[in-house]
Amino acid sequence: MTGLMRATGVVGAAILLALLALALAADQIAPGDPLRMVGRPLLAPFADARFPLGTDQLGRDIWAGLVHGARVSLTVGAVAAAAAICVGILVGTLAGFLGGLADDVLMRVTEAVQTIPTFLLALALVSVLGASAVNVVIAIALSSWPPTARLVRAEVLRVRTLDYVDAARVAGRAPLAIAFLEVLPGALQPVVALIGITVGEAILVESALAFLGLSDPNLQSWGAMIANGRATLRVAPWLVILPGIAIALAVLSVSLTGDSLAARLGARRRA
Amino acid sequence: MPWRFLGRRLQQAVPVLLIVAVGVFFLLEIAEGDAVDAYLAATGAGDAGLAAQLREQYGLTDTLATRFLTYATRLATLDLGHSVAFDRPVLEVIATRLPVTLMLMGSAILVSGALGVILGGLAGWRRGGPADLTITVTALILNAMPGFWLGLLAIILFAVKLRWLPLGGIGSIGADLSGLAAVLDTVRHLLLPVGTLALTYLALYVRLMRAAMIEAADSGWTLAARARGLPERGIVLRHMARPALLPVVTMLGLQAGAMLGGSVVIETVFAIPGLGRLSFEAVTQRDLPLLAGILLAGTLVVVVVNILIDLLYRRLDPRVGDGVRATERRP
Repeated sequence: MTGLMRATGVVGAAILLALLALALAADQIAPGDPLRMVGRPLLAPFADARFPLGTDQLGRDIWAGLVHGARVSLTVGAVAAAAAICVGILVGTLAGFLGGLADDVLMRVTEAVQTIPTFLLALALVSVLGASAVNVVIAIALSSWPPTARLVRAEVLRVRTLDYVDAARVAGRAPLAIAFLEVLPGALQPVVALIGITVGEAILVESALAFLGLSDPNLQSWGAMIANGRATLRVAPWLVILPGIAIALAVLSVSLTGDSLAARLGARRRA
Repeated sequence: MPWRFLGRRLQQAVPVLLIVAVGVFFLLEIAEGDAVDAYLAATGAGDAGLAAQLREQYGLTDTLATRFLTYATRLATLDLGHSVAFDRPVLEVIATRLPVTLMLMGSAILVSGALGVILGGLAGWRRGGPADLTITVTALILNAMPGFWLGLLAIILFAVKLRWLPLGGIGSIGADLSGLAAVLDTVRHLLLPVGTLALTYLALYVRLMRAAMIEAADSGWTLAARARGLPERGIVLRHMARPALLPVVTMLGLQAGAMLGGSVVIETVFAIPGLGRLSFEAVTQRDLPLLAGILLAGTLVVVVVNILIDLLYRRLDPRVGDGVRATERRP
């Protein structure tokens, strides 16, 4: 691992921790509902000490919105990515371990889901299920599991030919127990490399859905703040710029942390 | 033309399309409320009698199996149903919107592929240098930006502050241009959306190209070329960049779906009347038949783009024979 890689990993982790701290302490840092009108509308950033980042056209505090939005974006991103990876692991392990017809069917389905444009699928799912935080998680999970499934399947195909798996078979363990307790742990390591990408992608999809108005209307989210800021793009561009910086920082920190985590594990493996 | 290869690829595409078609049917089934509810809500008129009559007419009162059969036979004859929001056949609505999206997507794929190859190639060639650092960091940051936000930033800068380019749309309204002027007008309108879409997906290609360049630089054939005393320019272009192109080309095909998905927000931001904006309109107006048609059409577009990219791959890599799929050669 190069020095640069280590440095970016540290920077990424620091930003991520800061964002997590803001999200966890949102109620202490900015008490009250971030969707409440609290000040004069369209205050510029740094103009009023009570509203450090200004207010929007309805007099809502931008700083409060960003802090509470962190909660939504990070939670949805993490939970959706975790669910997607779980689905991918399940499908990949079954396909790789069972082989034959089951493998064929599962892989054709994986290919089909991967062929549908991911965002279109997520958009369709949310619009059919209804716009709530839980449904956004479900939609992202159902549309972004295929890469994990393919990776896990390839690893399972490799691992299941190893001697210790044969030993388990000879010892008479049940096939599914072998698949999930013996083969899967050996096949998980490359999945680590996908965590950062999957979480970052989930945050981006969540923000895009929110931008299009498909998010929980009772929760302030970064994407929804940008959509709201579009109306005053000419007079108050910061309403669009600030939440976007928050999204970019979140995705950047997650992918940097994920990359360096994967590199670290990979290095330890090779060593 | 490699007909056998094309035949095989089409054969591979059939199960994918069938599964997507079945999936779309069930997606429509789990939707709360149906097309009639949406239609009555949109027109703001009607009673229970009319609703029942319309449901009968649309075949919504049948059993699940019968409904599926109706859906499948209609699909087989390319009948995608009737759009509630536009009051026209879904196929017709999609056909009018598709060309713009294909133009947007095609240009964005070309631009991001070309930029990725150039920048990634440069970074890989000058590994560890200031150019490498600048390109890698820029790609990382671009990768983290949401496409719609980048588009809005571009609008703020180029359309609002500098006033160089139009805010949105695909042509000047009422300008009545023809010939070259009309083409230039379209190009001016597409510059920002294509640029935004291309930049959001650039990072992947930069990364891939850079890694493949480094791999090729350390390869035996590059060493052999150096030993023969070939000029550096030739080595970089022919022995390093050319083989490094292959994974990038494969990824261009694999990312076609992501590009099409990304065009939803980009078309919404730039008010481009394409398939992406249409899907947003279908969602906001609860036009489920239209949404289903867009999912099917989008999938078909991705399949076709992938086959085209595989054909291109075969031209670039002489090692690929008949029946071997480019995407399977490189995991």
